[in-house]
Amino acid sequence: MPDSTHHTVPYRTYALILVLLLVLTGISVAVTQIELTKWSTLVALLLAGIKTSLVMAIFMHLKFDQRIFRVMAILIILLLGVVMVVTFLDYLFR
Amino acid sequence: MSEPATLHHNHRDDTASKLGMWLFIFTELLLFGGLFVVYSVYRYLHSQAFHLAARELDVFTGTLNTVILLVSSMTVAMSTTAIRKKDKRTTLLLIAVTLVLAAVFLVNKYFEWGGKISHGLYPGSSILDELGKGDTLFFGLYFFMTGLHALHIIVGMVVLGFMFVFVWKDKITHDNFQQLENGGLYWHLVDVIWIFLFPLFYLIT
Repeated sequence: MPDSTHHTVPYRTYALILVLLLVLTGISVAVTQIELTKWSTLVALLLAGIKTSLVMAIFMHLKFDQRIFRVMAILIILLLGVVMVVTFLDYLFR
Repeated sequence: MSEPATLHHNHRDDTASKLGMWLFIFTELLLFGGLFVVYSVYRYLHSQAFHLAARELDVFTGTLNTVILLVSSMTVAMSTTAIRKKDKRTTLLLIAVTLVLAAVFLVNKYFEWGGKISHGLYPGSSILDELGKGDTLFFGLYFFMTGLHALHIIVGMVVLGFMFVFVWKDKITHDNFQQLENGGLYWHLVDVIWIFLFPLFYLIT
């Protein structure tokens, strides 16, 4: 038997998330194509982060799974962040 | 006395199965994460060349492929709902749609790569040699990262192809669907990687 944490997500939720993802894609194309500045780069990456969170939370069911999956996912993202920061600390201040 | 013994033989641990899949996904994230670090450092060191080289990429094709992958991610997620609702036909249909979308993505990629190569923009080409180190690095990373991603698309298609057959043969059912969930998780990973590749190569020129 499937364990009790299995949760049936309605089709509507998935459709709604897709609409959100498409809107966010549209915004990121718009902000970078109209006029590219340092800010639009930041916005595009922030939007990619938001899109990833939506995919991981809803499509990948992290929102409905046991807490351990969320904790591990956050730790891995933090690890990637630390590697990025440490690498740039090296390049910027050596 | 033999009855409980036979029950024990059917032991299954869905949570452990999912945990294993997530651990694998983490190794994949670290693999691509390393490449994103390489990209960021070279972009920082050769910002002007990366800026000009990225303009060579077609935003329309990139956006189209983003939309295709996002829709395919939704259809595979929906298939896990359909199987829970004991709706085998819809499950099969949704996996099939996902596979078709994946194939369309690869066809787009084929034409995109073909266009670049016919313009002499490929690793080791004489045109890139003349353009200099920054452009060589940009297109090297472009071909390597989108190529590795396309390889993941192909692997994902094979995995989902198996899931299609398993659902077809009732090996995956409404009370035993962790395999389909895991296949779906892999497909979403492929989507997540593209969500970052798209702005980094196509949008931030």
